[in-house]
Amino acid sequence: MRHTTDRLLRKILTEVLALKPGQADDFTGETGLFGHLPELDSMAVAGLLTEMEDRLDIVIEDDEIDGELLESFGSLLAFARAKRGPNATGDA
Amino acid sequence: MAQEMVLTFDQLRRWRLLIVPALFEESNRMRRFTAEVMRRLDNAGVDSFLPDLPGCNESLQALEVQTPETWRAAVAAAAVHFRASHVLGIRGGALLLPVERPGWRYAPVNGASVLRQLLRARILTAREAGVAETQEALLAEGIEQGLELAGYRLGAGFISEFQSLTPAVSASVSEIEQELLGGGGLWLRAEPGEDRAQADALAAIVAIGIKS
Repeated sequence: MRHTTDRLLRKILTEVLALKPGQADDFTGETGLFGHLPELDSMAVAGLLTEMEDRLDIVIEDDEIDGELLESFGSLLAFARAKRGPNATGDA
Repeated sequence: MAQEMVLTFDQLRRWRLLIVPALFEESNRMRRFTAEVMRRLDNAGVDSFLPDLPGCNESLQALEVQTPETWRAAVAAAAVHFRASHVLGIRGGALLLPVERPGWRYAPVNGASVLRQLLRARILTAREAGVAETQEALLAEGIEQGLELAGYRLGAGFISEFQSLTPAVSASVSEIEQELLGGGGLWLRAEPGEDRAQADALAAIVAIGIKS
């Protein structure tokens, strides 16, 4: 079973990228995001990050946002997990 | 009074809904959805009106001289002009609702959140061009001399007022949360989209509420 942060992040990406239900389940750590998906422009990324803050209950500083963070699903998930800390619900 | 373009379904019916659109980039992504809701309301016997805000879309006015106050005044004037029986504010549009009319706030958002997202988009774009900007510095500059955000040239008066704006709380205006519509909010989408089921749901909530 996937951890909560993983599930929430796939759900947010499904909504932002208008993916079909279940399509985000196929994302692996290597699935490319920013730079690979033309629709993910700076406005969409800003929306994605704001939504992550709201739903994952985290605060993302501007200087934490760089190309590497959004390079792949894996890097974004690792960042979100680190932000939520080890005690986040269901994220053992 | 200045004139603005308006999308209407008007058959001089008893139930007349003024819709205040989502703001800035979100207004583009929500436009089709909003029009789809209006079509459904028309079929349900409800007239609806979606005016441009001054300085937006086809407006002849400059955006730079607008403030939340001029927008509120325009919305209030439109409510009188169209003899709106009810109002519906979509996302940031909920910040501009006239308090004396009954209606709904759909997925309302604070001015600070709208601004934060616009600032972030600008910072990301600047970074790609090798320029480092921060929210604090941009906001300070904006309050001093105005700021261009995601292509929208906002005046100093707008930015200083807008960042502390929250949807007005009124007993006659109820909130419609996104969860009620099922699926994710269309304003989140990277590209403008549509969703029949969500448009059905929002139109049903409003049509049933308006007639009860």
